[in-house]
Formats: sequence, C-alpha cells, structure tokens
Amino acid sequence: MKKYIALFRIRFINGLQYRAAALAGLTTQFAWGFMEILSFSAFYRANPAAFPMEFSHLVSYVWIQQAFLALFMPWGVGGNAVETIVSGNISYDLARPMDIYNRWFFETIADRVSRATLRCAPILILASILPLPFRMKLPSDLFQFSMFLISVPIAMFAVTAYCLIDYMSAFYTMSRYNAIFVIVADFFAGGYIPIPFFPEPVRKIAELLPFAAMQNMPLRIYSGDIAGMDAVYGIGLQLFWVTVMIAFGKLLMRRSLKRIVTQGG
Amino acid sequence: MITLSNINKTFRVARRQAGFGRAVKALFSREYELIHALNDVSFSIKDGEMVGYIGPNGAGKSTTIKIMCGILTPDSGECNIDGRVPWRERIAHVCEIGVVFGQRSQLWWDVPIIDSFELIRDIYKTDEKTYKNSLDELTMLLDLGELLKTPARSLSLGQRMRCEIAASLLHKPKILFLDEPTIGLDAVSKIAVRQFIKKLNTEHGTTVILTTHDMQDIEALTERILLIGKGRILLDGSLDELKKHSSSRKTLVVEYTGVMPTTSEGMTLKEMKDGRLIITLDPEILPVSDAITHLAAEADLTDVSVSGITAEEMVAELYREYHI
Repeated sequence: MKKYIALFRIRFINGLQYRAAALAGLTTQFAWGFMEILSFSAFYRANPAAFPMEFSHLVSYVWIQQAFLALFMPWGVGGNAVETIVSGNISYDLARPMDIYNRWFFETIADRVSRATLRCAPILILASILPLPFRMKLPSDLFQFSMFLISVPIAMFAVTAYCLIDYMSAFYTMSRYNAIFVIVADFFAGGYIPIPFFPEPVRKIAELLPFAAMQNMPLRIYSGDIAGMDAVYGIGLQLFWVTVMIAFGKLLMRRSLKRIVTQGG
Repeated sequence: MITLSNINKTFRVARRQAGFGRAVKALFSREYELIHALNDVSFSIKDGEMVGYIGPNGAGKSTTIKIMCGILTPDSGECNIDGRVPWRERIAHVCEIGVVFGQRSQLWWDVPIIDSFELIRDIYKTDEKTYKNSLDELTMLLDLGELLKTPARSLSLGQRMRCEIAASLLHKPKILFLDEPTIGLDAVSKIAVRQFIKKLNTEHGTTVILTTHDMQDIEALTERILLIGKGRILLDGSLDELKKHSSSRKTLVVEYTGVMPTTSEGMTLKEMKDGRLIITLDPEILPVSDAITHLAAEADLTDVSVSGITAEEMVAELYREYHI
C-alpha cells in the first residue's frame, strides 16, 4: 500500500504546480456554470410545470459539478497511461514490482484530487454568495450531506475504472483519443444535462446504466433530487457498477499484457 | 541462474504497398506478415557472469531482454530465472532484477532525481538502511552528488544515464539487464559507466546482461558473447574465441625512409602514402616475424605496428558471414 501512497504523493505534488492551468480552468468553469444556469432558468420561466427538477436543486447540481469537475470528468486525466502504451515506456512500468492496473488507478485519482483541490474552493465560495435564484445551497440535512460525502469517492472510482478501460483500448488501437468513449459517458452520467431531463423511456434506462454511478449520483444527492432511502439505493448501485468495472478492467489488463508488443528498442 | 530453452516469439505486422488505392483496400482486408522475432532461442547464464548480447538492429536482442524481464510472454519455450518463470510471476521476479533501457527514461521528468529515487525505494519496499547504503555507494561511484537535487529534464544525457543506472540499482538487484546503456554518451561518460559496471560485477557479484552496438563496451566488459541474428542464437563464446573464429589476419603499419620495400607472398598492400604502408598479412602463409624481417631487409624502417582484427571488424565480418 505504501508504494501506491508514495505514487499518489509524487503525482499530487506534480499536479499542484500547474497554477496557470488551474486559474484558466477556474474561470472557464465559473463562466460555464453561470451560463448553464441562465439557460435553464429561461426554460424554467417558460413552463415551471414541465421542469423535472426543482430549480434550486438544479442550481446546486451545476455548481457542485463545476467545482468538482476534475473529480468526475471522463476525459483529460491520467493521460500518460496511454502515452506509456503508445511510446512503449510501459516496459519500465512492467519492470517494477507493481500491478499496472492499480498503479494507473492511483495515478488517475491523484490527478483528479490535485486538480480539484486547486479549483473547488473559489467556485464554491462564489457560488454561495451569488444572488438568490443562482445561489448554491447546502444540503437539506446532515444525512443528505453524509450520503453525498460517501457518494463522491465512489463516483470518482466509477469514472476512473471506466477511463482505465478506455486507456487499455490503446493496447489494441494505439490511439490516444477515443471520443466516443468520452461522449457516451459524459452524456449518460448527466454531464451535459441532468438525467431527470431525459425523455421518459431513456431516463429509466439511463438511471440503471454504469454511467449513473458517476457524477449523476453525488450531484443529485447533494442537491436533494435523490433523497432518503433512494440515496442509499443509489450508493448501492454505484458500488455494484464500480465492482463490475474494476473486475472487468483487471481482466482486460491481464489479457492485454499477454499479447503486448513493444517495438524499437 | 538464467536458463532459456527453445523460446519462440512471433509478431504480426500489418503491411501494405504505398498509395491511396491500397490504403482503401487495407480498410477491408489487411495483409499481415508474421515476423519471427525469436526462433528457438536457448542459452544459460550462471550467477555472477557478465554477458554481452550482440546482433544487428532488429535481431531480437531487446525482445529477449524483455522476455527475461517478464514484460513479454513468448509464444512457446521455457525460461527460468532463479526458479521463477518471469512472465508468470512478474512482480516477485522483478524485485530481484534491475533494468536500464538506454532509449527510455524511468526518472520523473519535472522533479529532482532524489524524489524519483525515493519513489523507487517505496515501490521496491527497500528498507531505509539498505536504501541509504546503496544511495551513498552509488552517489560516490557514479559521482551523482549535486545531480540528485536537479530535475531530470535539466540533466545532460550522460548525467541522466548515470542517474538511470543508479535508479535501477537502488534495490540491490541480483541481475542487471542493460539495454544499450552507452547509447549517445560521450567518451568520458562511456568510460565512467563501463568502469562502474565492471566494479559492480566484481564486487557485488551482480550478473550483468548487456546489449550494445558499441564493440568497445563488449571489449571492456564482457567475457562471454552471445551473437543473435534473425532471431537465432548464432554463436556463444568468449571474445577471444570469436576473434579466432573469424579471420586471424593482421594489419601491419610500417613507416620507412628511403626506398619503398616490396611485399612478398602472404602480404597484401592496402594503402601507401609517402613513407607509410598499410599491409594486411595472413600469418598462416607468412609469420609476423618473418614479414618484419623481410621488410627490414628491404628498407630503413622507422616504425612498425602490428594489430589484430578489431572487435568492430570482427562483428561486421560475422554479420556478413551469417548473412544477417
């Protein structure tokens, strides 16, 4: 375990040094969140009855999403796993007494946490002092808040386990970007619009997919859209999908390593 | 103890002719070619040996090294290193070995070397005392000192290579695999690296397996040579044996004043420039001493030097002989 913590530490320190990137990300995410809320508010004013979430729930959903974007986004993190595959540097990683899957998992988590650490606070502070309809609220009670706190890491593990499957596809394709992998996950995890806004039959299916175990769950628990026992069931679903995706990922890793080829020295 | 027997490894490579039409065709049906990277490779290496593994580019050197490191799984054949099959018990196996891939880097690019070293310490679960001990020793022998505080990206290639070698030895491995460790280094760095490897082998009894294209590495370091070509082991023996195996021809460089001496049977004139002759000599027809006596009788010699075939020439000759 110590070695994974050491890896996490060096990666975390490495991530903290990119201050300019953090500032740029911060501005983008704040502007993005604000525009998203404004456009949703236009829909809400047109017909509040056709709006599937309470407006205040939606506002919290968007702000938490933007503040913790780095924890949940299915793109742009842990990219050097793919690079080691494509460049062949994976030779060195394989010459270490370390499980490659676990290693990438920890590295990706470290990337996510270090980025979120730099970015979340200013967005959270700004979002909680905005004028009212746009202001982020605290969860309704302590239960809801603790459910949120449990759900966050599981959602992060879920999206990371999914990303790792995506990285491993590079063993077969030698390609760096698999846009379809990212877009499907982002869409069905409620990254563009929250799942309650999906049309009925699609929504029912989407609620059960592995993507529902990603940002969808903690964001809706925080905002109060999923409350009480539903939150407990939701976390159960998350645990189920995380287990399935990690098991599948480890299996895929074992198969991939058997047929791995490294060329050119 | 390292034993490889009948190792085979094949790669599948997609090939097509140039051109747009062919590219479109390849979308639907692709032609593959099987490359036999290793063909029935067998050898064994005893503890504490220092072995040079040579062969032209693409001969299968790196593939063999990667199989011995547990990185690649061969298609068939057996490999046993200290009682373990590398690719089956990869994690247990790699604790006992150190690897340097001269063309790649294992150091963290943006952080000081010492941070990378500490990470490696944690990865190998090396205890603090052993780590301190080997760090001190490596720092002294490889003259790392100030380099430890520098990020890898600001080091020169030679400095970085010294750090790479140190990084591979922090956990005191029993076997060290060096895949082109002197590639791109200047003369001073090469000599430093060679001296260090030699010392490591004699003092710690570390088994060293070295691939290189630099024949001076081989001459300076290894007793035993394995020659591989087109995926097959072609020769296994000492450098001297190999030299004997190839031609025994000598090169004579003669400087003289006055009349140019004539050559006799067994001597071939290769080059002549004012006052200087280069002659190749077949000692089986004309012994070296007789040749010198003959030349001395004909002209006033000011300097004579006799040299055997260089390792470089020898290898080039071997490659030719085996058509690799």
